[in-house]
Amino acid sequence: MSDNATPTTPVKTTGLHVGEAGPGCKKVDPIIIADGVKRTFGGLTAVDVAHVEIPRGAITALIGPNGAGKTTFFNLLTGFDKPDEGKWEFDGRSLAHVPAYRVARMGLIRTFQLTKALGLLTVLDNMKLGAKGQSGENLFRSVFPFFWRSQEDEIEAKAKEILARFKLDAKQEDYAASLSGGQRKLLEMARALMSDPTLVMLDEPMAGVNPALTQSLLDHILDLKSQGMTVLFVEHDMHMVRHIADWVIVMAEGKIVAEGDPHEVMRDPAVIDAYLGAHHDTDLGDDDDPESVEHIHAMKELIDDEQ
Amino acid sequence: MIDWIQIFSNAAQELISPTTAAYALAALGLAIHFGYTGLLNFGQAGFMALGAYGFAISTLTFGFPVWASVLVGIGASIVFALILGIPTLRLRADYLAIVTIAAAEILRLIFTTNTFDDVTGSASGLQGYKGGIAAMNPIPDGTYGFGPFTYNAYDWWIRILGWTVVILAALFTWSIMRSPWGRVIKGIREDEDAVRALGKNVYSYKMQSLILGGVFGTLAGMIFIMPRAVVPANYQTSLTFFIYAILLLGGAATILGPIVGSMIFWVLLSFFSGFMARAVEAGWLPFMTQVQAGQLRFILVGVAIMLLVVFRPQGIFGNKKELSFVR
Repeated sequence: MSDNATPTTPVKTTGLHVGEAGPGCKKVDPIIIADGVKRTFGGLTAVDVAHVEIPRGAITALIGPNGAGKTTFFNLLTGFDKPDEGKWEFDGRSLAHVPAYRVARMGLIRTFQLTKALGLLTVLDNMKLGAKGQSGENLFRSVFPFFWRSQEDEIEAKAKEILARFKLDAKQEDYAASLSGGQRKLLEMARALMSDPTLVMLDEPMAGVNPALTQSLLDHILDLKSQGMTVLFVEHDMHMVRHIADWVIVMAEGKIVAEGDPHEVMRDPAVIDAYLGAHHDTDLGDDDDPESVEHIHAMKELIDDEQ
Repeated sequence: MIDWIQIFSNAAQELISPTTAAYALAALGLAIHFGYTGLLNFGQAGFMALGAYGFAISTLTFGFPVWASVLVGIGASIVFALILGIPTLRLRADYLAIVTIAAAEILRLIFTTNTFDDVTGSASGLQGYKGGIAAMNPIPDGTYGFGPFTYNAYDWWIRILGWTVVILAALFTWSIMRSPWGRVIKGIREDEDAVRALGKNVYSYKMQSLILGGVFGTLAGMIFIMPRAVVPANYQTSLTFFIYAILLLGGAATILGPIVGSMIFWVLLSFFSGFMARAVEAGWLPFMTQVQAGQLRFILVGVAIMLLVVFRPQGIFGNKKELSFVR
């Protein structure tokens, strides 16, 4: 739990795959299976995934350089975007032509890269909105409180309990707009839990979060796994990926280029190529894109660590 | 000399006039659209026209009783909302604004054209549809009231009817906005993708909001024609803008805002035009003619909207705290 002051070493889930680890390898118990999913924007192929399986009950990281198609792939999986072709399923049910809100009702809840806290709703209202199957959300029943009052009380109790766990309970009456960037990330994750999802998809949960909050966010993600949820997240912070992920999928130019457990996958030449390009031995000091420089440093550091 | 008593009593009459009630109800519908859901509906005049013509044509051409005429108007506005909403509610908010403003104008031009003169009365409009409402009047003939509020039985009857509808609509709006339904609606205003990601059918909620606010506009259109005739020129885009002025004056996401806003708007407008007309008459403003003085009040409405948006964007009843975070 997040109450622990000392960071615990997370327990890694192993034995997730069947046969050799590699792009598109089979999993023992996949929760998501995508086949031939392709999305183009004009002439640009953003996502072209031949086959990928996401293991159930584990924390899977989706990494890759900028423009690799990670967020587009997220959008495709959650119904926020439609692929040109391909089929993909969640828990054995096809997700083709399923609108985003139905995907969410099936138990696949996502967060966004740019946090979407509902600013002019209170923190508590943000949380309550996350609960599924509310009878008071029907226009005709909403007029008569006796239809939804008791359910509302249950939802409120649950929301307060989760808020306490995320240490946001002191803020519950404040507008979400008054929260800091990191607190909004926490709120978004807490709100996702209100619907008891089976799969939580986090799009860059650490982006813009104050380092003081990082550990607590990491613990919350590990907590999701211990409660039996599956987590799929996009992240750029390689240390974090190595720290908590059980499985890593690497995307580059829309394709899955490598898969494996976090330690193995960092050594894969395809990953090094994807991040650093084939000419990673040449001097990169003149690169003027600060973000790619950052990735290169992160990767070099990790490669050094491993050796 | 200026007759101040006359000016003040004319202004005071606007407090409870059926026109004020009609504008309040139309603004309440717009509060549901714009204030709570974030839908930019610029075609509220179109919904009001549907109420007015739906009621008048059902009564005059088809001889329907009052309740059936009201239902025809409501039905027409639901169909209108569906036609507007189905293609545009999946798109960004500004597309709805463009489509609604155009659709309301199309309606007005259809009602104005000579082709349907038999049914719509074209530019001269319709009258003689008030019999059913007057027959329902329980108040015995005579004149009642005190001071400026002295009216005959029919005038009292339409005031009571109009304000009863406004109060019921306000109570209804209040009760749905404090419910989980209202929470989803306000969430959509903040960020519809986030609400979608939580498993809510955003499209359906936006459609419900558009229909509900449109029905309020339609009922407002029916109250509006009780003290006057149905004339297509009343349903120009400026009508929508006056309703927006009332909404912003009172506070966009409030229940009382549209009602009190409408009262203030009409009392001030009546006071100002009464004062200007008599000031010109008395020779206080030698540079101005009566016609110019009549137009001046609309300039004032424009200036007032600008000042409001700049200096009190949350309106009279709006929550100042909400606005300190507006990006």
